[in-house]
Amino acid sequence: MKPEESKDLYIISSSPHTHSGASVERIMLDVVIALMPALAASLWFFRWDALRLIAVCVATCLLAEWGSRKAMRRANSLSDFSAAVTGLLLAFNLPPALPTWMAVAGSLFAIVVAKQVFGGLGYNPFNPALAGRAFMLISFTGAMTTWSASEWLQKVRYASAAAATKATETVVDAATFATPLGYAKEALKAGKGLPLFDFDLSLLQDFFLGNVNGCIGETSALALLIGATYLLVRKVITWHIPVAYLLTVLVYAAVLRLAAPATALPPLVHLLSGGLMLGAFFMATDMVTTPVTRRGMLVFGIGCGIITMLIRTVKSGAYPEGVSFAILIMNAFTPLINRATRNRVFGAK
Amino acid sequence: MFRGGIHPAYHKELAAGAAIRELPTPARLVVPMSQHLGAPAKPVVKVGDMVKAGQLIGEQNGFISAAVHAPTGGKIAAIENTVSASGRVCAAVVIETDDSAERQTMPALTEWRSVDRKELVARIGEAGVVGMGGAGFPTRVKLSPPSDKPIDTVILNGAECEPYLTADHRMMVERAREIRDGAEIIWHILGAKSLRVAIEDNKPDAIAAMGKAFADMDGDVAVTVLKTSYPQGSEKQQIYSVTGREVPRGGLPMDVGCVVENISTAFAVYEAILLGEPLTRRVISVTGDAVERPSNLLAPYGTLYSELVAACGGVKGKAAKVISGGPMMGFTVSSLDVPTGKTASGLLLLSASQITGFTSQACISCGRCVDACPMRLAPAELSQFIEADDIEGAEGVALMDCIECGSCAFVCPARRPLVHHMRRGKAVVMARRAAARRG
Repeated sequence: MKPEESKDLYIISSSPHTHSGASVERIMLDVVIALMPALAASLWFFRWDALRLIAVCVATCLLAEWGSRKAMRRANSLSDFSAAVTGLLLAFNLPPALPTWMAVAGSLFAIVVAKQVFGGLGYNPFNPALAGRAFMLISFTGAMTTWSASEWLQKVRYASAAAATKATETVVDAATFATPLGYAKEALKAGKGLPLFDFDLSLLQDFFLGNVNGCIGETSALALLIGATYLLVRKVITWHIPVAYLLTVLVYAAVLRLAAPATALPPLVHLLSGGLMLGAFFMATDMVTTPVTRRGMLVFGIGCGIITMLIRTVKSGAYPEGVSFAILIMNAFTPLINRATRNRVFGAK
Repeated sequence: MFRGGIHPAYHKELAAGAAIRELPTPARLVVPMSQHLGAPAKPVVKVGDMVKAGQLIGEQNGFISAAVHAPTGGKIAAIENTVSASGRVCAAVVIETDDSAERQTMPALTEWRSVDRKELVARIGEAGVVGMGGAGFPTRVKLSPPSDKPIDTVILNGAECEPYLTADHRMMVERAREIRDGAEIIWHILGAKSLRVAIEDNKPDAIAAMGKAFADMDGDVAVTVLKTSYPQGSEKQQIYSVTGREVPRGGLPMDVGCVVENISTAFAVYEAILLGEPLTRRVISVTGDAVERPSNLLAPYGTLYSELVAACGGVKGKAAKVISGGPMMGFTVSSLDVPTGKTASGLLLLSASQITGFTSQACISCGRCVDACPMRLAPAELSQFIEADDIEGAEGVALMDCIECGSCAFVCPARRPLVHHMRRGKAVVMARRAAARRG
């Protein structure tokens, strides 16, 4: 062998020498594309507030990632687009009237504390956007649970007035509690019934299209479903977590509704309210913080469903929104789920 | 159909239509003494000796070893070290070839059905036949399973699941009759009830040709068309696809009553028994986008890669990688001065546009490798253990079950060198086991 006779230099490496073409950037870009319908819906329903929050969150996340990586003397990671995705998802989880500086604080927390401190993408145990939202819920509770009036409110007032003439109990004025779940929680706390949601198809339509109050990216189930379909087709996510999550919520809510219709929201309302659709398709499917096997994903989804419903409906401590905390809690269980749901090795008993 | 696997772009059209072309005898052959699993053959010639085509030049050196023969007549010019495609140094016998047509063969055993099985197996060993699907396991050993492992199914492996490679494909289209004869001998030796010819469905012409050739065989014989999926040619996965049986962990196909032989090995058995010819040459697919004329060349072993490439019109443009074998499991070589052997069926020349590099990005737990792994392992977890130097941890989650097929690294969006990690981990485990045996 006389290597110096060879004029060309050939690359030596371990096999394989070909690749599917997949990349982290491509996955993140697909998520961004999938979020575009919800982005359009947020701009439609919440206008400048939506634009403001999305711009602030994305910009702060990008800056925070660049800055913290530089400070830690690590390679620049902006090109994997994960910071932009976190910014978008965090913005979608915020109420429209939230002050800008709070959005900045939440974004900083999400990127620096929940992600970069652990080592960056792939090392974070918790969903960064949800960790940011949890930080904000605890630090800025008032602002995070204040909603502005919307068209939905008018319908509620009209519906409750109509319902009041039918019912023997008076219905709570929805003006102060502008989201469906918030309304339900306060109504139940006050010992009142929930007649307004019975068999009201037009209201359900509002929920589905997004013409209700809520965080800017979570309200339109239709927009989210379009995005989710894109992710499924592109094989960025599989059906296991979203279906397990949503089915669990559906069954749990149906059982409650059957047991005590007066104090339980219709299952469809549970499905369409709060950040459930956004959470089930875009947050609970975050690869880094969720199990790798199909069986593990089903366990994860069911766990999220149970915890979400517990938080939403347990009598004395009910909180109008359980999705963020349910997913974060299940994130903590992911390593254990991974260990418990390994595939059977080929040829093993 | 086995779970997992991948569907790479195959690029088989580059060479699939190229009929087998015989390479004119090169002026010089560098015949490696190690073209098989186990101990290298021991040279039985000296520098200056004249040898005839078919003459033994390296004798089998131990139980797991094989004989090596002179592919053509000539003079022994040197006995020196060469580097094989996998990077290992081994001895080689260099022959300056001449035009002598004399061949040294063994008697043809046309009435092989009345020959004692042990004799047939011994003849196969004399001919130096080894597994030509890539592993190079001595065939005479594979055809002598212990009596407590009865064989009921012989599977002929015609999958050729690696992208680009078409050598076995052309063999099946053009030499189906001879393969059938060799398969019949193998089937007879093992006394198995069933014979299955496994071919992937991306080779319809091969399926037709083999179906026709095997039609006149009596007994439980069938061509099994398998869904094209990499690594369908891996024997454990193929046994599962054909019979539904799983070879137990750490076990062998005979543990589930099966023996798998590559179709080229069957051809070599035919030549050894019915023609009395030792194994001296094979078809090798020289292909890729950096080769002028992708071809399937019939060449004697010991031919240098440079000769093969020249016979295909030379390099087209610039070759970034030269691979012995296929793109999924092949070895990259640093020069074209590497000799061919009994086992490699492909020589790939790929330009920079066809190859991708690895990175050291973190694992994002996407799970694609878990889905792709045909051995149902968790490559993500394994690679993280090995990166952290926790080899015991990796062993604990089935590191040694990895077949290094490359499916995991193929799908990884973070472009992690997963197979490289597995190899490193396995090497550490093997070294520790060897040390424990010695110490």
